[in-house]
Amino acid sequence: MSAALDTETHLRSAVRTDAPPAILLDKVNKWYGAMHVLRDVSLQVATGERVVVCGPSGSGKSTMIRCINRLEQHQEGRIVVDGTELSDDVRALDAIRREVGMVFQSFNLFPHLTILENCTLAPIWVRRMPKREAEELAMHYLTRVKIPDQARKYPGQLSGGQQQRVAIARALCMKPKIMLFDEPTSALDPEMIKEVLDTMVGLAEDGMTMICVTHEMGFARQVADRVVFMDRGEVVEQGAPESLFNDPKTERLRTFLSQILRGH
Amino acid sequence: MSQTSTDPRHFRAPPKRQLRLSWADERVRAIVWQVVIVGIVAGVIWWLVRNTQHNLEVRRIATGFGFLQREAGLPIGEHLIEYTPASTYFRALSVGVLNTLKVALIGIVLATILGTLVGIARLSKNWLLAKIAAVYVEVIRDIPLLLQLLFWYTMLQGLPAPRQAMNPVTGVFLSNRGLRLPFLDWQVAHSWALLAFVAGLFGTWLTARALRRKQMADGKPRPLWPAALGLIIGLPLVVWLAGGAPTAVDWPALRGFNFQGGFTISPEYFALLIGLTTYTAGFIAEIVRAGILSVSQGQWEAAQALGLRPGVVLRQVVLPQALRVIVPPMTSQYLNLTKNSSLAVAIGYQDIVSIANTTLNQTGQAIEGIAIIMAVYLTISLSISFSMNWYNNRIALVER
Amino acid sequence: MSDISLGTSVAGIPEAAPRQPPALTTGPVAWVRANLFSSWLNTALTLVLAYFIVRYAIGFVDWAFVNAIWSVPNNQTQACRALKASATPGACWAVVTEKHRFILFGTYPYEEHWRPALVCVLFTALYIVSGMRRFWRKELALVWIATLVVIGILMWGGILGLSYVPQERWGGLPITLILATFGLAFAFPLSILVALGRRSSMPAVRVLCVAYVELIRGVPLISLLFMASVMFPLFLPEGINIDKLLRAQVAITLFAGAYLAEVVRGGLQALPKGQYEAADALGLSYWYKTGFIILPQALRLVIPPLVNTFIGFFKDTSLVLIIGIFDLLTAGKTAVVEPAWQGFGVEVYLAISVIYFCYCFAMSRYSQNLEAELNRHRGR
Repeated sequence: MSAALDTETHLRSAVRTDAPPAILLDKVNKWYGAMHVLRDVSLQVATGERVVVCGPSGSGKSTMIRCINRLEQHQEGRIVVDGTELSDDVRALDAIRREVGMVFQSFNLFPHLTILENCTLAPIWVRRMPKREAEELAMHYLTRVKIPDQARKYPGQLSGGQQQRVAIARALCMKPKIMLFDEPTSALDPEMIKEVLDTMVGLAEDGMTMICVTHEMGFARQVADRVVFMDRGEVVEQGAPESLFNDPKTERLRTFLSQILRGH
Repeated sequence: MSQTSTDPRHFRAPPKRQLRLSWADERVRAIVWQVVIVGIVAGVIWWLVRNTQHNLEVRRIATGFGFLQREAGLPIGEHLIEYTPASTYFRALSVGVLNTLKVALIGIVLATILGTLVGIARLSKNWLLAKIAAVYVEVIRDIPLLLQLLFWYTMLQGLPAPRQAMNPVTGVFLSNRGLRLPFLDWQVAHSWALLAFVAGLFGTWLTARALRRKQMADGKPRPLWPAALGLIIGLPLVVWLAGGAPTAVDWPALRGFNFQGGFTISPEYFALLIGLTTYTAGFIAEIVRAGILSVSQGQWEAAQALGLRPGVVLRQVVLPQALRVIVPPMTSQYLNLTKNSSLAVAIGYQDIVSIANTTLNQTGQAIEGIAIIMAVYLTISLSISFSMNWYNNRIALVER
Repeated sequence: MSDISLGTSVAGIPEAAPRQPPALTTGPVAWVRANLFSSWLNTALTLVLAYFIVRYAIGFVDWAFVNAIWSVPNNQTQACRALKASATPGACWAVVTEKHRFILFGTYPYEEHWRPALVCVLFTALYIVSGMRRFWRKELALVWIATLVVIGILMWGGILGLSYVPQERWGGLPITLILATFGLAFAFPLSILVALGRRSSMPAVRVLCVAYVELIRGVPLISLLFMASVMFPLFLPEGINIDKLLRAQVAITLFAGAYLAEVVRGGLQALPKGQYEAADALGLSYWYKTGFIILPQALRLVIPPLVNTFIGFFKDTSLVLIIGIFDLLTAGKTAVVEPAWQGFGVEVYLAISVIYFCYCFAMSRYSQNLEAELNRHRGR
């Protein structure tokens, strides 16, 4: 499927069809009170696959990816991450969270710790890494997101774009197999969006399995193996970015796309 | 840009503004205003001082602190240091200061514990618990402390006389003369054991730091509890055994109309401590709640998403941030509790205010008496706020 | 980027009908489960708490209502004493029934009690009117002055056919309200001046204001009240004597002034710098700038904390008990001094607590609502 959509600008796909799926959602349902926010959502993400999720606000896309590392609990259906099913088992949950990195819309850096300490906190306390080693690792990833010189500063002293790149580095320091992005650029000024997207493209080039909730259509075209369109809690349409954007099958996606384009 | 340049043309001192002696000049106005205001204040103070001097002469009251060396002749029920009515006023006032500190320090510790529990309870997912905590906070904060103190004191006085004392546990008696507890017949070995216990606490703290450093070096976490157990419980135990393991206990017993022996908590102290603790805890609960709420949900989520266990999240992420919000208002609550302990005078607990008040009534040295009260509280207030400011600066957030 | 709201977006296309959530996740049963019995620990906690509530509530209702005695003839309190010692103790509300006039109005002449009663009503009405936003105008100051004058006439009398009542005979709730209200009326202007002084560019003024605020806040109110009762007479020229109530009023005003000044200063600091600069740019003089631009905004910001400070200060007036002024609490304490009524302090203190609670709770609720409302307006 991915071979067909390779265009000049699109990244080479790193999907490994031989391996078991990295993430599997099977008929997941969730309610907030009486509100039905996820309706029979089924989704399979292969190792190395890059999935972009889009849809109007309130369509359940953030809720879905927050269910994947159990920041939200689903009430029906199965979620299997890296071969482990999500349940009330705390040890399984710890194992999953170790393998899944997450980047939030509002960065959520720890304001009382320096950039370096933000990055070394989890490796030290979760991976039991010596401090020196953790710092070397952190500096490695901070260099990758191009802000090694800010390591001794505090989050409050950095710009939004820099903070989001630190958040990415912080997640990478756990060497996750899967990265979740929850609207990573929505809280940023336009001039800072590019630096964050570039970082994410760099990650994609390295073959990271990614699920990314975003409205950045350019990013989706360049990076995604597959785009999933959600509306009102259900997956309405999915497919390769070119075919989905150029030839939407449903009225709902068509309306959404026209509004996105008008918005730009 | 030109900061590193040595070219003299880049440096120019700002022009000196000439002071024009005119009402239009802002600085002239400022100086005149200040002179006028300071003049008025100084004048009022001078007038008051002159009146006071005159009045003192007329009433033949000698000023000065000479009276401190005279015999006080006032009985004090509770004293932490040696005291008899034959002691000097200075000694009596020192007893008062210690009594104030005794109730304030213990009150601060208890109020912090109770307030923190209630504040956390208000955020509980259990609706019943949260409601009970909310009602407690609302009721306790809307009734004057003095009224609460009188209430508690009256309740304690309403207890049966020593002969019919309540005896909930063997050796513990609760009567209108206070709470009597059995207490160790104090020996030197006990003092040493206590010292060993304190040393054990300190040693545990040092060990925790050393273990933390080792973990930072090789990443392996090491349990603290074996060392803590040995130092905090084992060490005092060994010292106590080495000292001959004295086990004699002083049991309170009824003799005549009151109890003898054991350890007493007087009804005055008890009422004051209950009142101050429960009242201040109501305010501390709100501070703790606000502090916890100030750490956004996103911080919890980010930490959990990194795979950190709840205990680590609390210690490394949430508490350090919440404390920044909690410490400043907590400081003023500690100060309030200390100042409120002066209400002791209304229920007859002999704190510094009560003793200074008796002193000034006996000697007529009103100015000195009130000056002593104010000096004591100012010293306490300033030292608490000074140390809290120091702590606060140490943990302040760096912002852009 | 551009967030699209659900209402205007993709519609008119068939979609899966929303299903009801699995049984027992909504409705009252679900609420009880989620809030009271969500886990073993939670269930145990709920049961333990419920047990204690029921047990103590039954005990309290028995004591306060079922077994209570509501009145006794001619100070004959034997029945009360017998009840207190019995196996089923009850409250002796007779002490409140008997003494309520004394607790509320002290030694004010009995047949003139309608006057202090009317004063209490006037004070309460004044608070309520001041709390309503539609009355926040300059005329409110006139209403205050007029009401306080009427209150003075009612209490003292001597004109308009009212008999003269000397101040020594005043007591009870009116004293509490007078101390709090007059204290606020004088302390508030003082606090504004001090707060402005603390932010002044003139160092001498700043030092004076800081010294005043820190000195007062560093010592307990009691020491100021002692000062007012023992040292004040020494301060004044010979022959001039100020009434004890007035001296306490001065001490309370000075005390409240320092605390209110810190609240006002908070408001001045919270005001964006742009407001100061805009006022400067208009070329206004200091007093114009402060009076017409800075203060109205700064004070509006701090109304909720001002109300909270006032609550604290309303409660603190009870401290005058220690220097023997006859406020509500002192009246209550005195009511049970009489041998016949000794030992029934708990009932009296509970009754007084209810009065204080009503005033303070109303004010604190008001301040919370106001804060929420102001935040809403600012959010927009």
